[in-house]
Parts: sequence; C-alpha cells; structure tokens
Amino acid sequence: MENALTLTQTGIGKKAAVALTGAVMFGFVLVHMLGNLQIFLGRETLNHYSEMLHAVPELLWVARAVLLVSVVTHITLTVDLALRNAKARPTAYRVSADVGRQDPLMRYARKTMILSGPIVLSFIVFHLAHLTLGEVPGLAHGQDVYENVVRGFQNPVVAGFYVFANILLGLHLYHGGHSLLQSLGLRNPRLDPRARTAAAAFAAAVTVGNVVMPLAVLVRAVGADVQ
Amino acid sequence: MNENIDLKLHVWRQNGPSDGGRFEDYTGYAKNISTHASFLEFLDVVNDRLILDGKEAIAFDHDCREGICGSCGVVINGQPHGPQRATTTCQLHMRKFQTGAEIWVEPFRARAFPVVKDLAVDRSGFDRIVQAGGFITARAGSAPDANEIPVPKTVADKSMDAAACIGCGACVAACPNASASLFTSAKVAHLGLLPQGQAERMKRAISMVGQHEKEGFGACSNHYECEAACPKQVSVEFIARMNRDHLKAQLTYVESAGKDGGAG
Amino acid sequence: MELRSNAPTGPIEKRWDQHRFDMKLVNPANKRKFEVIMVGTGLAGAAGAASLADLGYNVKAFCYQDSPRRAHSIAAQGGINGAKNYQGDGDSIHRLFYDTVKGGDFRARESNVYRLAQVSVDIIDQCVALGVPFAREYGGLLANRSFGGAQVSRTFYARGQTGQQLLLGAYSALERTIAGGKVKMNTRCEMVDVIVSEGRAVGIVTRDLVTGKIESHLADAVVLATGGYGNVFYLSTNAKGCNATAAWRAHKRGALFANPCFTQIHPTCIPQGGDYQSKLTLMSESLRNDGRVWVPRKHDDVTKDPRTLSEKDRYYYLEEKYPAFGNLMPRDIASRQAKFVCDEGLGVGPEINGVRRGVYLDFADAIKRDGKQTIAEKYGNLFEMYERITGEDPYQVPMRIYPAIHYTMGGLWVDYNLMSTIDGLFVGGEANFSDHGANRLGASALMQGLADGYFVLPYTVGNYLATKGKSKVTESDAIVKQTVDETKARFQRLIDVGQKGHQTVDSFHRKLGTYIWDHCGMERKADGLKKALAEIPKLREEFHADVKITGSGEGLNRELEKAQRVADFFELGELMCRDALERDESAGCHFRTEHQTNGECVRDDERYAHVAAWEWKGKDVAAREGNQVRHVEPLSFEYVKLTQRSYK
Repeated sequence: MENALTLTQTGIGKKAAVALTGAVMFGFVLVHMLGNLQIFLGRETLNHYSEMLHAVPELLWVARAVLLVSVVTHITLTVDLALRNAKARPTAYRVSADVGRQDPLMRYARKTMILSGPIVLSFIVFHLAHLTLGEVPGLAHGQDVYENVVRGFQNPVVAGFYVFANILLGLHLYHGGHSLLQSLGLRNPRLDPRARTAAAAFAAAVTVGNVVMPLAVLVRAVGADVQ
Repeated sequence: MNENIDLKLHVWRQNGPSDGGRFEDYTGYAKNISTHASFLEFLDVVNDRLILDGKEAIAFDHDCREGICGSCGVVINGQPHGPQRATTTCQLHMRKFQTGAEIWVEPFRARAFPVVKDLAVDRSGFDRIVQAGGFITARAGSAPDANEIPVPKTVADKSMDAAACIGCGACVAACPNASASLFTSAKVAHLGLLPQGQAERMKRAISMVGQHEKEGFGACSNHYECEAACPKQVSVEFIARMNRDHLKAQLTYVESAGKDGGAG
Repeated sequence: MELRSNAPTGPIEKRWDQHRFDMKLVNPANKRKFEVIMVGTGLAGAAGAASLADLGYNVKAFCYQDSPRRAHSIAAQGGINGAKNYQGDGDSIHRLFYDTVKGGDFRARESNVYRLAQVSVDIIDQCVALGVPFAREYGGLLANRSFGGAQVSRTFYARGQTGQQLLLGAYSALERTIAGGKVKMNTRCEMVDVIVSEGRAVGIVTRDLVTGKIESHLADAVVLATGGYGNVFYLSTNAKGCNATAAWRAHKRGALFANPCFTQIHPTCIPQGGDYQSKLTLMSESLRNDGRVWVPRKHDDVTKDPRTLSEKDRYYYLEEKYPAFGNLMPRDIASRQAKFVCDEGLGVGPEINGVRRGVYLDFADAIKRDGKQTIAEKYGNLFEMYERITGEDPYQVPMRIYPAIHYTMGGLWVDYNLMSTIDGLFVGGEANFSDHGANRLGASALMQGLADGYFVLPYTVGNYLATKGKSKVTESDAIVKQTVDETKARFQRLIDVGQKGHQTVDSFHRKLGTYIWDHCGMERKADGLKKALAEIPKLREEFHADVKITGSGEGLNRELEKAQRVADFFELGELMCRDALERDESAGCHFRTEHQTNGECVRDDERYAHVAAWEWKGKDVAAREGNQVRHVEPLSFEYVKLTQRSYK
C-alpha cells in the first residue's frame, strides 16, 4: 500500500490523540472541581481532602505524570495540526464569511478553541503556582490550601481571572466534548442530539462549579474567617 | 416580472499557478443584469461584453449547468457557491442579489487546488484520492446476480446519501483548514456501508486517507463548514465514520503477504 | 458503397454468443503489447477503458472535462432498464428487445437491439458489484419502477440521480485501472482529429486545453465514446461542453454519419427565460402524471395571471385533442402540440424574439384532490428545483414548461462490432447510431452506454486487434505530421479571423441553433428545410469571416475551444437538415408535417426502412462544404412485425 501512513502521521490519528488526551483532562477537571467544591464545607474538610490527596505520593505523581503527558501531547499535536492547516490555504480569501448556521455559543466556542487553549494554559500555570506549589507572593504561602484559596480569591483581580479563564474553559469543553466524539468516530446521528446536550451540560456544570468558588469568596459567602 | 439589476463586480484574475493574481473591477460590465439569469449566465454576459471590448473572457469551470457534474464552483462574497444553501453556482440565480450589491468572486483557495486560470482550479487531487481506494474491485463479467446480496433499504439509502457527492470541492473551499475530509469520507462511507464494499473496507480507509494527506489538504478540526457549504448536503457524520474506519484499520489491518502463486 | 452490418445470422437469441465464440482471441501475454485510445469518459468510455485495461490492454483515455467523473452521463435522472424480471410482471429479454425496436419506430438493427437487451441483465449485476446504491425494497432486494410508458417495471434507479451513480461506478473502475497503471488518463484534453493511415485509424490529434498544445497520440485501435450532438441546437439539456467535434472529424476522415436527423425532444423542460439563456433544464416527465397542461384560449390572456383565468378560458389542448391519453401522450406528440399552440400565439412566459414559448403545467387540481402534502411527497424536489431556477412557487402558480432537445439517436455509423467505416475506429454510446432507431425509450440511454462499454467493445476491439495486429505507424510517419499540421492550420485560421472579427462565438451558435430548432426540430417540412439549407451556409461563411475570439492559441482559451466546436456544428447542422429533407417520411422523432395522420407519424417502410449513412465527399477535410453522399443500409425485421402506432 503505497499511500499508507501510520497512525501517528495522519490527521485523523493525531486528532484521535488530541481527543483522547482531552478526555483524560476532561475527567480530571470534573474530579478536580468536585473535590474543590468542598470549600463550601469549611476549612477542615478542604484541608483534610488536600492531605488525603498527598497521603500516597506515588499515586499522586502517577496522576500528575498522566496529566502532564496528556497536556503536552494535547498541545503539541494541536500546534502541529494548526501549522499544517495554515499551510493548506496559503492565500486567504478577500472576503471571509461563515457558511454554517450553528448556535452562536458553539460557533464562538469552535472559533476560539485555538485561543481558549493558550489562555486556559496560562491559567493552569498560574493556578499551579497559586495552589499546588502555594508560592505566589502576596497571595499564597505554605500548604494551608483553604487559606491560600480564600486569600487569592479575596483579590478581585485574581478572582476575575479565574472566572474569565473558567468561562473559556467551559467553552473549550463544550466544543471539545462534542468534538472528541467526532474525532474518535463515536458520533452517530441517532445519539447526536443527546451527545450535544451532554457536552453542553457537562461544560456548564464544570464552569458553574468552578466559577461559583471565587465568586463566593469575593462576596464573602465563604472564607469570612480569613482576614 | 423581468427585472434588471446593476452590480459592483470584482473578479479574481490570475494567469496561471505561478501568477500572483489580482482583483479586477468589472462594475462597468455588470450593469443591467436580468434577475432570472443564473450566476454563470451573469458571468457569460460579462464575458460577452469583455470580449466585444477586446478583453479576454474570465475563465471559470462549468459544464452541465444543472447542479450535478460538479464542474462549477466559485467563492462569492466568501461563500463557496454563493449565498443559497444546497445550491451549486450554476443553479444560483441573480434574484438572490439586490441592485447595487457588491460581489467579490474568488476561486476556491487551497494549496491542493492550484489555480489553472482565473476562477478555474485544478481539482485532480480528488481523482487521486479515488485512485487510492475509492472503488470496489470487480471486473466486468465477474459479478454475481444483483439480488444475490440483499442490502437493507436503510443501508442503501444511507450509502446513497454519501454517494450524492458531486466532487465539486466546495467542502475544501469552505473549510478553514482546506481539508477534503468531507469528500474523502463520502466515498469511504458510500462504499464502506454496502456489503459489496466490505472486502476492501479497511484497506480503503487507510489508503484514501493517506492520499488525502499527501495532496496537502488540511486536517479536519470539526468546524462543519463543509457540510453547510455542500450543495448536496452531505453530512459530517460520514467524517465520523471515516475516522472510525481509519482508526480501526490502523490498529487492526495487516496487508496479506502476497503468496497467491500460480495455479500449477 | 455497401454497408455491411456484419451482424451474425441464425436464431436471434444465439447470435451474440455465437459471434463471441467466432471471435479471435488475443493471447494474454500479447494484450499488453496493444495500445487502445479511448476518447470520452462517460458511461461508455469509462466502462470501456476500465474493461479493456482489466483485460490487459494499455489504454490512453481522454476527456475535455477536468475529471472523468464529470461527463454528461452524470446528468441522467430517471433510470436504467434491465430485463431482470425481478418483479415477475412478465418482462423478458425478448420483451425489452421488442419494446426497443418498436419504440425506435423500426429504424434500428434487430441484432444489435437484441444484444442490448441480453446484456442489460449483466449490466445491473456489474453496477451492483461496483457499489451503485440502487433503490431497494425493505427486504433488501432491488426496487424497480415503470418508466416512460413501459408496461412492465424494469427500470432500476438511484433516486433522481441514476446517471450520476452509474457514472461514478464506471469512473471508480476507471480510476482503479489508472492507479494500476493500465490506463493513462488525459483530462482537459480534447480530441480534434483522427489519424487515418491506409484506411486504418492509428491515432488521434489532441489539443491540451490548458497549454494549447496540439499533438498526436498513436494506438492500434481508437474508440470514440464522445456523446451526442444535441448542442447543435445551442439550447439543449446537454452540458455546455458537449460537442460533435470528435465524431465530425472522424466523419471527415471517412467514417459515415448515420441518421443525423434523428434527434429526440423531451417535453418537460423549464422554458427559456431570456436571451442570456445558456442551457435548458430537464424536469422529470413523471410530473405529467398529476399536472394538467394548458394554455389560455384567447391571445389577450397570455400575459394575465393564470390563476385569474376561469376554466372556460383555459385550453387543455392535450385532453381535448386526445381524450384517451390526455396529458400522458408520448413525448413527441406532447412536444409538438406545445410548439403548435405557442406558434398560434397562445404561449405564456417571457416573449423572446416575438414568441412566448411556454405552456402551463398546472398542479392546482391535483393539490385540491390529493392535498399539498401528497403532491410534495411525490414531486417536492422537482418543485424546489423549479423554484430555484424560475423564482416561482409551483404550489401557487402553474409551472411553465416547454420541450427541449436532449438526446441524439443519430451518430457515426457502426457495424455489429461497433466499428465505423474506418478500420479500427470504434464508436460507443450516444456517439454511435446503433440501437435506438428513430426514437429512444426512456431509461435506455444509460443501458446502451454501459452495454457498449462493459460488454461489447472489450470483445470486439480484442477481435479486431487479434485479426489486424499492431499498427506500424510511428510518430515519424508523414501522415502523423500532416494530420497534426492540418489541425494546427485549422486553429490558426480561427485565431487569425478571431482577432479581426466582431461577433462572439455564442452569438453565432445561438443563431445556428435557432435555424435548426425552427426547421429541423420538433417538426420538419420540405420548404423549411430547404430554407435552412440556404441560410446555414451563409451564416457559416459569416462565422468564418467575422467571429471574434480574444486570447491566443497558447493556454486556456474557452472562446477558441467553443469556436472550433461551433465550426463543426455548422457543418453537422447542415447535414442534419439534408438528412431530414431526404428522409421523406415521418418516423419516431423525425416528424415531417407532410406525412402524418392527425399529428401522428406515418412511416414509409417501402422507401425508408433503412439506415441513411452519409459519406463526406468534400475536396478535403479543410473544406467546409462537402457533397456528402447518402448510402443506405437496408433493415429487415424478422422478429418484430412492422406496425404503426396509434394513440387515438
């Protein structure tokens, strides 16, 4: 077969890897959010949860490694595909217009995938420094997670950035969640409307869950005990 | 009933693949156009006027002018085949435009579709994708009776939905990545759905996709502009199907070692 | 000249089998030493090229389109006949044969038609094997419908796109053989002459439409599958690029042209909208099952809104004249009656050159009877197409229809082996004259194209090569250079005139089309034909003196392409008129007003039960005027008795 390219060479193979790694991060984002929502249960619960995660360092590092590989693969392949795609149309149209009539949110989500990606990434870096390492001057220090979270979110700029980034993340998940079924060839017309609804619901849940935390802190509904 | 309109017309002129190309303003030639003319007839009228003015006619591909041969296709104000859905350029009529409207006409733009001249592009990449596996190997005379293998009506209908592709290239033109995934998947699905197409299904899903990549088309990133631009409304569900077949084939298909040998 | 059909004798159902057995075979190892040229890649061409390549021959294929998938076979909507008798309704090979001979009004060769009916069965099998998604019953078996007034359901179909699906099937086989290296495909490359050496076709001259390069290609046999010549009329349902140049050039090199006046009209096309009109679009004839055809009774009413006209002001001319069949009258009669009422000044729609050419096809009664829903289910897609083109909603306003030319039964004369009067020059599909006589039945064009391509040419070309051996002509032979030079000179003349001329190619083509349509269209009469024969040469001379062509011979130049095709249409159009004048009878689509009973054809079997084949006797191939000589191949009917049809 002269035309045969291996799985790692075809766009379909790459997209499948992007979808799979996306799915891994999907799972992470969900679990992460559910865990963090324990902030509403008070300082003890949250800090206890944090300690529990750190109880078996090997497990934690395996999880971190999987996430890291996923992130790196997701990003590398996406950039690779974006470069190839840019090459496929060397001359741009004089007039550019959309042809499709998707719902405006999906259209926005789809068009900003390549934008929401980097913003979400910069958010992750900040987020890791803020809450995983606990080392951002003036915002976080030490391993009292509850303290760090609340202090951070009491700052309107930080809270605002979290909200903004999580809305973008939500859009990213909305398109990504639907798109990964297509990329993996799992989409079919019979289940499609339900898949679309599920992707929307999932993205909305994660966004609301993640956004509600900084907002709660900002209005002092949570963390009034930290000054 | 017969109303005439004037248009502000800009057309892309390019002498060949190596020429840079430029827009020409043909507003002076685009006056008093019948709204009952098709878009190509409008270009015919402009061409007639250009010729009588001693200028070279605008080159564009067209043939059947009834929406089935797939020859025609230009980008009108950013939309392949123009503003009307499920309609080829030849079936688009001028009543879709208001008098005084500005019209920018461009060729389908993609690295894999080099411009032949003006609005005509070279779509032979599509033929090569078909050559890679868009067929069922069956020599004339070797076929079993047509009713020997029943094909469920739903399968035949779905296969026909995919087979309706006219190979015009609007999917490539509309795709932000200039991907030919919709075209390729339509053929993979048309044949892969039918019982007759099973024997070569895995091989086809590997080699056609491979050729698609080699032609320099972009990759699908699920924007679905292709489906919206497709004059035959071929569905992107076939891309999902192609992805499935391709991934499965990549993981499972092994080419036989060719030990067919002689018959004695 | 004696025209020998080379049709075998003996019982008709055994003839093709016996003939195949009598053929010489080429040793499998030797097949690869032979080159065959295939011009045109529609149903006959693509199927033929793929089949010859599968047998082992090297094939060079040519098409003027940018891809073989775009040949105009793709536009056929209705279906393909196959005598499968899957419906158990009494169909058989013999019945299809009988219907085709009768439908052709007894002007086709019985042996050919029988073979066509025989292989129709294999065609369906082959197409299904190639993945053509024919319509199916719920049980998974193939669906059929009755088509074009046939008494049995033998038509296989793929929605309204049967031609497309069959062509894509043949195209996929062709692409497979291209990938296998057995076919060398040349797209955007037009045949502009045939090279004949000592009576044998040994190659062709082509013009590359992108570079303008004119060059020769040599082979051991040449097959033309270049379609019909309906575009002589300018406005037809053919694709814009369809042309007669390949056939006409072959004719001028010695191939006889048979029955050029046999051209078919389709009654339900969307009428011309204005003088910019470039082609006509066909609408399925099935519309006549529910629509009622009428025109206003009074001249004053033709511009009024049709919905305001009362029942007594409407002239349902088909229902009144033919109460038994009404709106379902056969194609030719329905067409002629439409022309007749329009000539009377009762036509509707836009006025073009002083005449309104359109009649109403009204669904108001059907919608009242069955409901809009039912009508939409049956004809929804056709109504949409109509609205897209005309901007009028047929659910509200009656459709306007008018007949248009859409198929040509005439073509290059071929014998039973599909070989023309030039040795080694084969002709398949619509380009030959062979199987449809004076009138083609619905769903038979696709059948004939594929029959020739898949099942006839592969055998008969092989037999020819086995008998004749390889051609000895090489590129350095004088005949090759001479033919190429003559072609170059022909193009140069057009370019030279084109620089000084004042009128566009299309304007000449339109005028030519109007002459032919008026005098050699739906009905012909002696004085009209004589008038056309006087006028066409004048127009042709004007064309060669005043045509305007911009651009040069190098590179893509659509005006030059069109000009050389139109130059050939002028000569062919004239021959059509001569043939129509000489055939002093009515037969099938050839309706001479002098020979009718109440609008129906009256044949003259005593004098015209034959094929008329014209030989070019012009002084040379450059000459525009040829004193063509009419030869005849007598037809005998052993199996189908000669009868006259009647619809009263």
